[in-house]
Amino acid sequence: MKNALGSVDSVLLLGGRSEIGLAVVERLVRDGARRVVLAARGDAAAIGVRLKDLGAEVLVLDFDAERPETHERVVAAAAEFAGDLDVVVAAFGVLGDQAAYEADPVSAARSMAVNLGGHVSAGLFAARRLREQGHGTLVVLSSVAGVRVRRVNFVYGAAKAGLDGFAQGLGDALHGSGARVMVVRPGFVIGRMTAGMRPAPMATTPEAVADAVAGGLRAGAETVWVPGRLRAVFTVMRALPRAVWRRVPR
Amino acid sequence: MTFLTGWGRTAPSPATLAAPRTTAELAALVAAAPPRGLIARGLGRSYGDAAQNAGGLVVDVAGMEARWSLDPETGVVTASAGMSLHDLMLALVPLGWFVPVTPGTRHVTVGGAVAADVHGKNHHVDSSFGAHLRSLTLLTADGTGHLLRPGDDLFWATVGGMGLTGLVTEASFACVPVETSRMSVDVERTRDLDQTLERMTATDDRHRYTVAWIDLLARGPRMGRSVLTRGDHARREELPRGADPLAFAPAARLSAPPWAPGGLLNGLTVRAFNQAWYAKSRERRVIQDIAPFFHPLDFVDGWNRVYGSRGFVQYQFVVPFGEEATLRRVVSRLSAEGVVSFLTVLKRFGAGTPGMLSFPLPGWTLALDIPVGRAGLAGLLREFDEWVAEAGGRVYLAKDARMRAELLPVMYPRLPEWRKIRESADPGEVFRSDLARRLSL
Ligand SMILES: Cc1cc2nc3c(=O)[nH]c(=O)nc-3n(C[C@H](O)[C@H](O)[C@H](O)COP(=O)(O)OP(=O)(O)OC[C@H]3O[C@@H](n4cnc5c(N)ncnc54)[C@H](O)[C@@H]3O)c2cc1C
Repeated sequence: MKNALGSVDSVLLLGGRSEIGLAVVERLVRDGARRVVLAARGDAAAIGVRLKDLGAEVLVLDFDAERPETHERVVAAAAEFAGDLDVVVAAFGVLGDQAAYEADPVSAARSMAVNLGGHVSAGLFAARRLREQGHGTLVVLSSVAGVRVRRVNFVYGAAKAGLDGFAQGLGDALHGSGARVMVVRPGFVIGRMTAGMRPAPMATTPEAVADAVAGGLRAGAETVWVPGRLRAVFTVMRALPRAVWRRVPR
Repeated sequence: MTFLTGWGRTAPSPATLAAPRTTAELAALVAAAPPRGLIARGLGRSYGDAAQNAGGLVVDVAGMEARWSLDPETGVVTASAGMSLHDLMLALVPLGWFVPVTPGTRHVTVGGAVAADVHGKNHHVDSSFGAHLRSLTLLTADGTGHLLRPGDDLFWATVGGMGLTGLVTEASFACVPVETSRMSVDVERTRDLDQTLERMTATDDRHRYTVAWIDLLARGPRMGRSVLTRGDHARREELPRGADPLAFAPAARLSAPPWAPGGLLNGLTVRAFNQAWYAKSRERRVIQDIAPFFHPLDFVDGWNRVYGSRGFVQYQFVVPFGEEATLRRVVSRLSAEGVVSFLTVLKRFGAGTPGMLSFPLPGWTLALDIPVGRAGLAGLLREFDEWVAEAGGRVYLAKDARMRAELLPVMYPRLPEWRKIRESADPGEVFRSDLARRLSL
């Protein structure tokens, strides 16, 4: 249960290798979470070591975003280990390369299946469980890339736009159930996923995202921007004329 | 679904609220318990999540038919569990009887008093509520009623068991004869923590009811300065002639605004209040009514709302005698950090009961309430938990809303025994609460 001061006991991370996701989980463990389930593709036993060192009990589960028919089982197995799921972090995704997607549309569609399709099934199954519990937060890692989709990464951006809308709708569907959805919109996150890219203005880090998520959970926020200034920036961005927007480099 | 919180108004969770009138209706609810189980709720005066059950059923016992009887020979009262101590006092005081233990509010049910094995200002001489119980009727998970006596294991798993062994439907307990409905009270001020402990140790046994209110905001040499209040039931000859000795009519309650602005109680107002209280507490001996002596907070209905919408946590712990260093460490840390606590109360506990999860043990108990929102509060209280556990003390479950499961077996060493009895009484965990989930009870 989330306690009076906003700490939680259990966390399920969907996308157990995600750098941001792991930073969030680590932060929650430092704040008191004790049961952690990392759902990741392939052999992932090694990723939980650090969390165990911090005192958490860790279960690693096989999770494939592209196989929605397995997602119900993943959520059930996580709950069997952890009891009530206080926080579910949906952090899986692939960035890919826009030029490559344009050259190989099949790969673009596959990325959509992960970045959007996988979230729809995993998110709905997780939400069902949270609704039964009467409490718990689904944290959805969206991105400013989906707030207004840009020419330079529109395949990825379109998936995030879809995900963001899906997550908001799901949050509204859960209204009054005690369960909730928190949408997280980071800007450019410096890390493994963006290695080799030149950081965009107002770039952030996985740790900063983790702090923002922890703060948002405590406050019961519906939307979290990282850094927080991006909220204001995007109010302006959304109003820019298409002709200008088209040329925004990143 | 109804969202419920405890008295601290933190961590709301939704549940289906059932309001049975009779024991038969109660048994039917137990028989049809939903997958997330059910828990009893009295008047919701526990501060945390003890009487909440997210996604499950919460049974409003306070609304059930009230029944009570008094054996005028022995003073033993048998009352239905949903009755409040307030209602019982209205009935009993004019007859010359007083409840054996009352917490700082009268607005708790008999069931809640049993489930938390509540203590009062007389703990140092009279122990807690469970010590005065003669029998309990418990409705267990199989839907049957059991008359339990102090020789039964299930009895002492239920006393202090936070509703997790079943539903208490009735309790018999011995009351205290009183000549009047007034208290003879004396007030003394101390200059620092050492003197507070010293004076309490030296004078506690002379009075049935004692408590110290600590001015937590006083620092330096004045740290721990307190107002000691000690009282006894007044005898008839202490009242002015002509006074009705057993009249009991607590003043009508005021109401706090339904939306109190958050932060109405802040560093400044609390400091002013604490200073004023210390200053106004002249050393004196007075005759007081029961209500202002035992239940000063009951005069404002819903006073918990003045803490604002984010609510507050109540932190109460006990450390054994001989561990005064831990108490001192906590008080000096609180004072150094300038933690805002509206009411900080210190009390000496006497012998505990055999209740396996009962809170009191012989030692010092400190209770504070702190508005939520202060940065670093979670970490500070966690540190205190560790000090308290190390000193062989514990945190009070009826007030807790934030502790972690790990320290529980250290604080409550009889937890394994309690779990075993609970497991055999309720193998399917029909009785469940948010507290039970949070602390893996
Ligand atoms: C202003 C104030 C002062 C207080 N001072 C003190 C004090 O001095 N000493 C002290 O010990 N406590 C004190 N308390 C705490 C209070 O006495 C306890 O939390 C008590 O249990 C509240 O009773 P309730 O009827 O409101 O129960 P609730 O808060 O509704 O429930 C508390 C627990 O009792 C269980 N329960 C309730 N009814 C039943 C039943 N029929 N069968 C089985 N389980 C049941 C619930 O499941 C829950 O676990 C104080 C509280 C307040 C608000």
